[in-house]
Amino acid sequence: MGLLSKKDAALIKDPLFDNNPITIQVLGICSALAITAELKASIVMSISVMFVLGLGNVVISLMRNIIPSKIRIIVQLIVVATLVIIVDLVLKAFAYELSKTLSVFVGLIITNCIIMGRFEAFALGNGPWRSFLDGIGNSVGYGVILIIVGFFRELLGSGTLLGFKVLGDPIEKTGLYAIGYENNGFMLLSPMALIVVGIIIWIQRTKNKSLIEEH
Amino acid sequence: MSKRTDGNGYTIIFAVIMVLIVGSLLAFLASSLKPNIDENKRIEKQQNILYAMGVNENDESSANFVSTSVAGQEFAKYIKKQIVIEGNKISESDEAYLIDVKKQQANAKAGKVRKLPLFIGEKDGKTFYVAPIRGKGLWDAIWGYVAMDENMVVQGAYFDHKGETPGLGANIKQRFFMDDFIGEHLMTQGGEFKGITVKKGNNDPKNDEKTDFEVDAIAGATITGDGVSAMIKSDLALYVPYFKTLKK
Repeated sequence: MGLLSKKDAALIKDPLFDNNPITIQVLGICSALAITAELKASIVMSISVMFVLGLGNVVISLMRNIIPSKIRIIVQLIVVATLVIIVDLVLKAFAYELSKTLSVFVGLIITNCIIMGRFEAFALGNGPWRSFLDGIGNSVGYGVILIIVGFFRELLGSGTLLGFKVLGDPIEKTGLYAIGYENNGFMLLSPMALIVVGIIIWIQRTKNKSLIEEH
Repeated sequence: MSKRTDGNGYTIIFAVIMVLIVGSLLAFLASSLKPNIDENKRIEKQQNILYAMGVNENDESSANFVSTSVAGQEFAKYIKKQIVIEGNKISESDEAYLIDVKKQQANAKAGKVRKLPLFIGEKDGKTFYVAPIRGKGLWDAIWGYVAMDENMVVQGAYFDHKGETPGLGANIKQRFFMDDFIGEHLMTQGGEFKGITVKKGNNDPKNDEKTDFEVDAIAGATITGDGVSAMIKSDLALYVPYFKTLKK
């Protein structure tokens, strides 16, 4: 990447793999479990988090020298909440359909630990441009895992992808269902999301032994 | 952190200024966008009502409203009459669709007379009676519109929700669930109101039997399904007296 220095590029690249917010830092698990029953929901959530985290990191970074340290968590919370409400209002006014799809997630964005985590760990000590890259990197890393989990849960749980019946019709018994395949309804429940995330963590650490902590 | 920002005075001033800025920013944004948001909600209601009576752009499997740009015209074209039922009084109003069902339910609880809007539409020579319903799902409100003929046989239904679980309860607004209601009877031959129960394991997954007062439930969405049954029973029952007058 010619546009970014090596150090800046690392800000985007690290959270995708070796410092992934979900699989390595184990942040943002709550939303990863709650909303990944459908691929579409995962994608929408990823984009929303990217927007809020990217912008929030910049705002916090710009304010980093004037925020009183005693109330910095509250200030961070206000920034997230404000951004989320602005997004919500603008969507409701100009993209009503989309805002209805998003409805559940808006509240969940505020509670996403990744956002507070990045504000606290990065934006408070770095300039706006680097903070922006960090925000984008982390939210993409978050999104990748969300989409992988959403893909498997929707495919195995409902037999659909983005609502399309890719495996045939379970009631009419066509496609795979004709030879006795059944959807696994358990995949739609949150515990299976945890197991899928666990499998991803396992694969990742098997491939890269340096990620395994010493005890 | 520099020392300057650690003092109590600075912290309080900072907090006050921040709250003022954020508060006025949000208040300004909310009030300036309100007309747009209200307009969107109004159009959505028209689309919902039209959807229930079969005026929609559904393709093979997904539910699609008529587009927002024509919703107003289509609404005027298909909805012939909007009436408000208040106790024994029936009046006509062009703005009956703007009646807030939630508020009316609260009125009823407080002992006041509840205004019941009913939209009478005509399509392909058939008359549809569309009634709004509202209830509770697992997480938050659920609501919908049910189109019936004069015998209270369901001709179409639209359900929506505020925050049901994606992939589970949220599926009440999917075609495979809403379409199950089409043709279902709400009343027995004898004229007794039964409602429609969303039921698990009713041995009729394709929903061929239309007079069993049951539709097949969504797996993993028991409470949302129960909410749908409950709102159909409680809210549509209120219209029974009106439908009885139609037969006389």
